[in-house]
Amino acid sequence: MAITRRVLLTTAALTLPARFAAAETVVKWLHIEANPAQVKIWEEVARDFEAKNPGVKIEMSFLENEAYKAKAPTLLQSKDRPHIIYSWAGGVLKSQVEAGVLEDITNAVGDYKDRLSPAAVAAFTVDGHLYGLPHTVSQVGFMFNNELFAKAGVDGAKIATWDDLLEAVRKLKAASVTPIVVGGADKWPLHFYWTHLAVRIGGKAGFQAALKGENGGFEGPVFQRSGELFKQLVDMQPFQTGFLGFKNPDAVGYFGDGKASMILAISSFYHTQRALSASKNGIGDDKIGWFNFPTVPGGKGDPADTLGGMNGWLVTKGAPKEAVGFIKHFISEDVQKRLAAGNYIIPTYKGAESGLGSDFMRNIARNIAASKYHQNFYDQDLGPNVGRVVNDATAEIGGGTMTPKQAAKAIQDAYVQGN
Amino acid sequence: MRTASRGRDTSKWAAILLFLPPALLLFSIFVVLPAGEAGWYSAFNWNGFGRPTRWIGFDNYRFVFDNRAFGTAIANNLLVIVVSLVVQLPLALTLALILAERFRGAVALRMLFFLPYILAEIATGMIFSFVYDGNYGLLAAIYGWFGAEAPHLLASPATAMPAILVVIVWKYFGFHMMLFIAALQGMDRGVVEAARIDGATGWQLQRHVVIPLLHPTIRLSVFFAVVGSLQLFDLVMPLTRGGPADSSHTIVSFLYTFGVMRMRVGFGSAVGVILFVICATFAFTYKRWFMRDE
Repeated sequence: MAITRRVLLTTAALTLPARFAAAETVVKWLHIEANPAQVKIWEEVARDFEAKNPGVKIEMSFLENEAYKAKAPTLLQSKDRPHIIYSWAGGVLKSQVEAGVLEDITNAVGDYKDRLSPAAVAAFTVDGHLYGLPHTVSQVGFMFNNELFAKAGVDGAKIATWDDLLEAVRKLKAASVTPIVVGGADKWPLHFYWTHLAVRIGGKAGFQAALKGENGGFEGPVFQRSGELFKQLVDMQPFQTGFLGFKNPDAVGYFGDGKASMILAISSFYHTQRALSASKNGIGDDKIGWFNFPTVPGGKGDPADTLGGMNGWLVTKGAPKEAVGFIKHFISEDVQKRLAAGNYIIPTYKGAESGLGSDFMRNIARNIAASKYHQNFYDQDLGPNVGRVVNDATAEIGGGTMTPKQAAKAIQDAYVQGN
Repeated sequence: MRTASRGRDTSKWAAILLFLPPALLLFSIFVVLPAGEAGWYSAFNWNGFGRPTRWIGFDNYRFVFDNRAFGTAIANNLLVIVVSLVVQLPLALTLALILAERFRGAVALRMLFFLPYILAEIATGMIFSFVYDGNYGLLAAIYGWFGAEAPHLLASPATAMPAILVVIVWKYFGFHMMLFIAALQGMDRGVVEAARIDGATGWQLQRHVVIPLLHPTIRLSVFFAVVGSLQLFDLVMPLTRGGPADSSHTIVSFLYTFGVMRMRVGFGSAVGVILFVICATFAFTYKRWFMRDE
């Protein structure tokens, strides 16, 4: 009995590797996309790639956003790591590169990168080496509800400066409309205010100087002023009741339900506010509007500068070469156009933005194309720890528990301490 | 005589050799080793990638103590302990004294009070985050009956922690009540009968006879309450995640939020070591001072 088993096992051990080698290469792809409609398209894209490349199998797995961030270090260092992983570029990408868990794909990608938006590709380049490819970009700005604006006599198209925004908030409050909804419990929705103000006040030069520790770093005048202006807004109590207890999806749904007139949004919320609203329809194209983050008089930033995300896919160390092949396929013109047509993404493939399915998204694509300084989200750009401290401190300004000065100091202290 | 004692010695050693290694091995692998590792990591500025290389000595401990949220977390843990001892235990004891008697419905009531303890912590947290929701929650509905607008308890730094404390008491008093009921049922009724014959009644009987007999159980219950409070985490996460403005962190949720989520393994390890020292110190001194006889 025992002998038979051993013989069987040995035979199995001898034959299995050979059979696997002949069968297929498995590419493990870990994503964090929670929108089932988009995942369905992704699955079709994967099956399509398999059909074109016999012997390759794409294995998709999913982790929730926050869980992914928590597990990433352990996951990336295990032998069983996924081959393709999600990334926001920035400081987290840098620490992964330093740890040596990523594959340098500069040569494997070759000229292909020239077909994509240069700014987004640059975000995935560290010290001249390419570690991933971007598939989408996004912009932060104010999404508004035209109907509620009309009720208070506010014209969204005319809000250009910070004072215009404050004036609009005053009018909305007078008309008993909740001016702004924000997911304060998640903190990062609040950090957009402070960081976008910094983009307007200091411009690219201001941020670069802070990184080098010049002008007082993140404790300098640019960032203190950002805090003060943010506090001006906070003091008007523009947010929905209990905003510090709202998570971002709650807040986006609240906007989709038409209960507040504005949300400082990532452009992709255009899609999610429908899915998260009670009716699943959200605010329709006829009622939804967008204005860019207001400018600050005397600010050094160009009004065309944008704040937003650059998201893409990294290839991990030791991944089969088919992984790069799949990413290229995923960021091919056809797929990018298809996702753009559904308004899921602002594509990175040059020219694919013409396929965007709505005026709203076409406008965002134009804004990003016109921007000479597209600042990545601070909480990603500054790395896992410093970025989170930015979120903490700015959320505390929002909650009234820190002064702009204290917040700026907390951020600078964390920056000096490093990640 | 001598042979007999030697035989007993041999069997004693055999028992030790047989039973000690597995326990010692498990204890080493899952307790001593990780604790030692945490101590080692806590001396590095390390994000979890590769091997730790940036030695910073005791700086992580300084960062921990400099962090405002850590002070809040310690204060919250103390608050949980105080509420457990001052509100939860007396409540559990009173209910136990009532429900240990045999009357119609006693068993049903015991089950009812014990039920919250059986619920998973995360599920409890989710349920109460719906209860507390100021827009759609149960609380909002109750306020609505009176035409008032409900407060957003979990969204304000002043009320978030009290709201969590209510959930803690609700969830765990049943467990302590059961401990007391078990002790009461195992108690020598003869002593109580004797006191009754001697003329002790009602409160006298409880105060001078029953409760003193419960002392060992009360000490055990206090021990569980304190250690449980120090380790509190899974109720906080679904309710507030330590917010708003880091007002409702406990030591463990602080460790998770500021250590694990931010990839600061060294910093998190330092928090872990501090928590370990607090727990171990408490456990040993408490056993030494209060639970010597058991």
